[in-house]
Amino acid sequence: MNARMVAVRAGLARGRIEFRHNAGQVFGYVLFPVIALALLHFLSGTTVAGSGLSLGTWAIPGVLAMNIVFTGLMGLAMTLIMERDDGTLLRAKATPNGVLGYLVGKVAGQAAMSVATLLIVLVPAGFLFDDLRLGALSSWLTLAGVLALGMAATLPLGAIIGALFTNPRDFRFVTLLLMGLVAVSGVFHPLAALPAWGQWIGQAFPMYWIGLGMRSAILPGELSEAEIGASWRHLETVGVLGAWAVAGFVIAPIVLRRMARRES
Amino acid sequence: MSEEVSRGATSGASGEASLGAARETAGGGEPGAAGGPVVETRGLCMRYGGAEVLRGVDLSIRRGEVVALLGPNGAGKTTTIEILEGLRKRSAGHVRVLGADPEHGDEAWRARLGIVLQSWRDHRRWRVRELLAYLARHYTPYTGPGRPGPHDPDELIARVGLTGQANTALAKLSGGQRRRLDVAIGLVGRPELLFLDEPTVGFDPQARREFHDLVCGLRDQEDTTIVLTTHDLDEAEKLAHRILILLGGRIAIEGTAAELAARVAGRSEVRFTCDGRSHAHTVEDATGYVRELFARHGEAVSDLEVRRARLEDVYLTMVREFESGRRTSWTDVSP
Repeated sequence: MNARMVAVRAGLARGRIEFRHNAGQVFGYVLFPVIALALLHFLSGTTVAGSGLSLGTWAIPGVLAMNIVFTGLMGLAMTLIMERDDGTLLRAKATPNGVLGYLVGKVAGQAAMSVATLLIVLVPAGFLFDDLRLGALSSWLTLAGVLALGMAATLPLGAIIGALFTNPRDFRFVTLLLMGLVAVSGVFHPLAALPAWGQWIGQAFPMYWIGLGMRSAILPGELSEAEIGASWRHLETVGVLGAWAVAGFVIAPIVLRRMARRES
Repeated sequence: MSEEVSRGATSGASGEASLGAARETAGGGEPGAAGGPVVETRGLCMRYGGAEVLRGVDLSIRRGEVVALLGPNGAGKTTTIEILEGLRKRSAGHVRVLGADPEHGDEAWRARLGIVLQSWRDHRRWRVRELLAYLARHYTPYTGPGRPGPHDPDELIARVGLTGQANTALAKLSGGQRRRLDVAIGLVGRPELLFLDEPTVGFDPQARREFHDLVCGLRDQEDTTIVLTTHDLDEAEKLAHRILILLGGRIAIEGTAAELAARVAGRSEVRFTCDGRSHAHTVEDATGYVRELFARHGEAVSDLEVRRARLEDVYLTMVREFESGRRTSWTDVSP
């Protein structure tokens, strides 16, 4: 077998091992979306314009999308900063194709964590909120596709941020930026309600599109009317998330190599 | 130690400096590229900001040789070794390791190296066997004739005496156990060239003895080329064919332990008590000195002790001379 393929497979094993190590942390990841859902449950009085759907139900996919971006991106960036400091990355550098194995392992582990988080929140939500379409296979297939694409778009960003920042404290800046992004990504309210400039900023980043894709997967079809262009815009979703993924996968290795060289 | 020893080291240095380079080691006569040095540097320099850590290091290490790099803290031992490992970019100079420039060494090149880093805190939640098996996987593609592939993790764990800890998380290992795992990680790919950066820090005497036996086995049976840094002179003397002392960013002196000790040729320290007062003298002709001592003082002399200068004495003398600024080099002494 090709040496790089061997490292990729070793990396998947690494992801599995580290997911097992970190399984206890899943409750930390779940905490925020659960609180958000509990609050949304009380918003059942408000409905989304032009439909009978409560705003609480409508916001669930967005909250989950936001959580995927936050945990995936921040989780990976934090890990990179920490493991650059404790010698893990150096160990990877000292091993043939070790950096590749390391990255595959980190991405796989983080992705598994994001999926676990999503399921832990979504399945109970299906019982709590009546209008979610969780019974159909097509819902889960769309969900899986959006998740895969969404993580491909955001996880490389996490690696890049982890490589650029050396101190976890500088991270507050990134957290603030992400918070600002939530406001223009149509998480708690349809994006169409925002002024045009806000809509443009929101649509430039992956968070909005992951949310849109997830709404298309688990909300009733007629809710597409509340979106920009009155459509789920699947093609655009794939286009924007795909572009972020390609850019990320091109830039991340370059930045990481630079970091690895600087590091000893 | 007295002044005489220092001067002894000085006068002894002139004729000895090249002795180390002339030594024969196993495999030194191999034909072709394989017979060339495994590690070679010329004029290796390293600057961090304004600080010059290495100022022209010239090294040549042959296949199967065990070389110890000695020097006080901050002398540049770890920097040198990290440059050779390809983990650090040098400022200037020529470097070849296993026929390649470490800055551009590919993964197949890296698979021929074993690296025992200085102590870190990585992979704290991994179990010993888990980590060793994971790292071993990366070496499996690099097998072929004469390259049997990575060690079996369990065998290696047994070899470094961690069988009882195979399923223990790294965070729960003692310092010495952790270090033994580091050594196992360095060995897992059956390296041709092994770097050990202060390998025995935190070892108790028994673990140290076992580690020494392990290295001697690698040296004598597997023909592994080994470069190690240490603060322990006895360790260097025991394990290394050749000792290099790094002072002020240069190789101040090199040779076998015996050659280095010969820099204080014939010098010995004589301690005795005479009329209730203790004395210590460093002398060239210990036998003659003692003969005269008894002739003069006879019965008044007691507690006599004659001790040949050891490697440690040579080393400490050199470091002291260097730090006091009296000497910066021991290799280019004019007769």
